[in-house]
Amino acid sequence: MSVSLLHSNRLRVVFLTCWLIWAVLQAAILWWLGFRWDTAFTDSGVTNLLLMAASALISNNLQFYQPEKGRYLYVVVWCVLLAVFWLVASHYIMAYIGPGEADYSKLFYKSLPIRFSFGFLIIGWVALLSIIFYSRQDQQEAEIRKADAEKLSREAELYKLRQQLQPHFLFNSLNSISALVGRKPEEARKMVHQLSDFLRGTLKKEENEWVTLAEELQHLQLYLDIEQVRFGHRLTTEIEQEDACGDLKLPAMLLQPLVENAIKFGLYDTTGMVTITIQAACIDSYLVLTIKNPYDPTTANPRRGTGFGLSGVKRRLYLLFARHDLLETNGEKNIFTTSVKIPQV
Amino acid sequence: MIKAILIDDEPLAREVVKEYLEAFPQIEVIDECNDGFEGLKSIQQHKPDLIFLDIQMPKINGFEMLELVEPRPAVIFTTAFDEYAIRAFEANAIDYLLKPFGKERFDKALQKWLEKQSPAEVKRQTEALIDSVSQTSEQDRVVVKTGTKITIIPIADIEYLEADDDYVNIHTAGASYLKNRTMSYFEQALNGKHFVRIHRSYIVKVAEITRLDPYEKETYTAILKSGKKLPVSKTGYSKLKQVLGL
Repeated sequence: MSVSLLHSNRLRVVFLTCWLIWAVLQAAILWWLGFRWDTAFTDSGVTNLLLMAASALISNNLQFYQPEKGRYLYVVVWCVLLAVFWLVASHYIMAYIGPGEADYSKLFYKSLPIRFSFGFLIIGWVALLSIIFYSRQDQQEAEIRKADAEKLSREAELYKLRQQLQPHFLFNSLNSISALVGRKPEEARKMVHQLSDFLRGTLKKEENEWVTLAEELQHLQLYLDIEQVRFGHRLTTEIEQEDACGDLKLPAMLLQPLVENAIKFGLYDTTGMVTITIQAACIDSYLVLTIKNPYDPTTANPRRGTGFGLSGVKRRLYLLFARHDLLETNGEKNIFTTSVKIPQV
Repeated sequence: MIKAILIDDEPLAREVVKEYLEAFPQIEVIDECNDGFEGLKSIQQHKPDLIFLDIQMPKINGFEMLELVEPRPAVIFTTAFDEYAIRAFEANAIDYLLKPFGKERFDKALQKWLEKQSPAEVKRQTEALIDSVSQTSEQDRVVVKTGTKITIIPIADIEYLEADDDYVNIHTAGASYLKNRTMSYFEQALNGKHFVRIHRSYIVKVAEITRLDPYEKETYTAILKSGKKLPVSKTGYSKLKQVLGL
């Protein structure tokens, strides 16, 4: 429900003062034109009280019924009608009270055009003020709603992104453990621990949480160790990190999908040995992460290259920084490079 | 002796199968392969009776590999998580093993295979599976084999397809490849918005057409960007008109 135009005391005082000043002025003018003080004040009081009533009426109506766009003519018509009613009512009330002066009713008739114009202008002005006031209020409310909705959908989306916890990875890892249990129980046990630590780390992290690069790399190492058990015969990973970068921050679980993507891309797009390089550098006020994997440009499945991993990260970066230029990919000479810039705030 | 080949890109995954197979002395594992290419070669060389086949593998997936194999051995599919593959198995009543699988489940699958229906029935099932997989999946490439060479053709590179006896000739900008499939198969498998069968013997990529010239009464000639001219039949023309929104 919208707040009334006169909800604040300050506005009420302003309105009343203005009206009072005008009422006094009107009385003074009538006195100047030769009427007695009492006649002048009665006229001014009656007409202005009625005019206030008319203004309150139209303002009140506009609070609940905003005219549709382009339907402002109705409001004008209402203002005219109200001005006419106002004049008629003023006339009858003044006649009923009956100021003794002979010239009064003559002047009332004579001043009709002026009175009408004045009344119409005041009512119209109040109407305009109300329309602006209430429509701005509606707009603000709509904006708050929109922001809330966006926040909500963003949270939902982030939740969903996180839920994409690579079931393929999980089941294959379990299968590897199953294989190890028989012949190398110690290694199986170790892998159970690695997998548990990795999953726990994934669950623990809040999407909007920022972590240091060192923490993220530690978590990533768990993942790489597991992949090493599965694909050790083909996979090598190299992490290069500038010493100063360890304390720089990045959103949790941002690097992970990129590396996952690189490994998947590398392992499934080639048949030979695969080396994945992860480089971290600080450039200006950015943490720049570069991930490289081999690929075969002639057969690269175009969709895999921009698969969930990349588009998810792109979306997240946009939600976090409202920028589309933070993730770049580039394929050259059988090496696919993904680089992500994380602004340091 | 039953000859078996294990095709899986994870050595440990093959390890499990090998271990479980120890309980079946009549089955001998004659080879292990890391990917579809190796698998294809090995199958041709050893002519196994049975293969254990993973779906997600480097370069070409299990289905794509199977498509190229002639004659096809019996297959037991193993996969960790692939909703799409699983739907295909279910739809074609094919037994499959979901990783990680236990010994009991494995034994059941193998027992079922050992006491199986006629080889012809198995062949028919596999055939149906491959057809349904390649027709319903969102295909973005075609895998062909020329001699021993395997080529992966991205759908985006295809200009047009031409019927050639029992084969279909796939034409790309620089080359053409034969694939033992029917025209109607490709008509189904390719996205109808981009590929139209303009003639009994031709399917063309709509974006490749630069001009249509009247040829005879109600038939036309399509001129491609490459300069190639293809005949357009009466029904082909009406299909083309629909796609182009004319």
